[in-house]
Amino acid sequence: MNSSVITFPGSNCDRDMDVALKKFGFKNKMVWHNNIELPKSDVVILPGGFSYGDYLRCGSIASKSKIMKSVINFAKGGGKVIGICNGFQILVETGLLPGVLLRNKYLEFICKNVFVKINDQDSLYFRNIEKKTLELHIAHNEGNYFCTKEQFKEINENNQIALFYSDKEGNVNEINNPNGSIKNIAGIFNKEKNILGMMPHPERMIDPALSGEDGSIFFKNLINNLK
Amino acid sequence: MKVSVVITLKKDVLDPQGKVIHQTLDGMGFEGINEIRQGKYFEIDTKENNKIKAEEKVEEMCKKLLANLVIENYKIIGSQ
Repeated sequence: MNSSVITFPGSNCDRDMDVALKKFGFKNKMVWHNNIELPKSDVVILPGGFSYGDYLRCGSIASKSKIMKSVINFAKGGGKVIGICNGFQILVETGLLPGVLLRNKYLEFICKNVFVKINDQDSLYFRNIEKKTLELHIAHNEGNYFCTKEQFKEINENNQIALFYSDKEGNVNEINNPNGSIKNIAGIFNKEKNILGMMPHPERMIDPALSGEDGSIFFKNLINNLK
Repeated sequence: MKVSVVITLKKDVLDPQGKVIHQTLDGMGFEGINEIRQGKYFEIDTKENNKIKAEEKVEEMCKKLLANLVIENYKIIGSQ
């Protein structure tokens, strides 16, 4: 399985992602944002960080970078693309995913572990996953998912919500909503479900000594599903 | 030609920064503020001398990059 992680100026989770992908069996390539061509990839990852210092709007400048033209073509052709955190912000700015990520409701940068409930367990990214809720890490200032009423109707009808913020048991309620996201949305798919954007960082939860192992569950399942 | 554009959040989008600024001004004794909405201001100096053409170009820039139309509105407020 070949993966590519795109590095933008200001990305800071790209190397963590590289370590995580390799640990679970991917042959990963790091791709600089100024490249035009995307290496042959089974999955492309847009990592977390602060691309272009979050200038203008988070992810907006990166969404117009050279490599993104290839990533957009790849995604439109059915290629698998995952955006984590800033990568999610970049995906909504390209228009590949609906909605936008606003400033957190209480204006705080949030850095903590959260639980997320997997909404669609039949989807490519979460099929056969062994747990229904995962403990993952979030670290963001703009993770407050927002979309128009029309967009929400469409997302809901097409079952495009990937992850909800929840408690350990998978209960989705306002108490477990860290940032004010509509309906506790932590991650969404595009309509065809080959593109996934999510705020939590699975790559930060792959070592029991440092964090937790629910990220390992995500990556093990990912490589099995892509085979 | 210099074109000025203001970008603001749409009405139904929460603006927590505007809210905090509002509360702070209240606390400083500025009375009678109904609401504060924070926005962005751009001054775009272009080589185009035709006002209509320059504004058309800026409008395209707003749609493609400067504003995110899911949450923001843009308004050209002047050209000179």
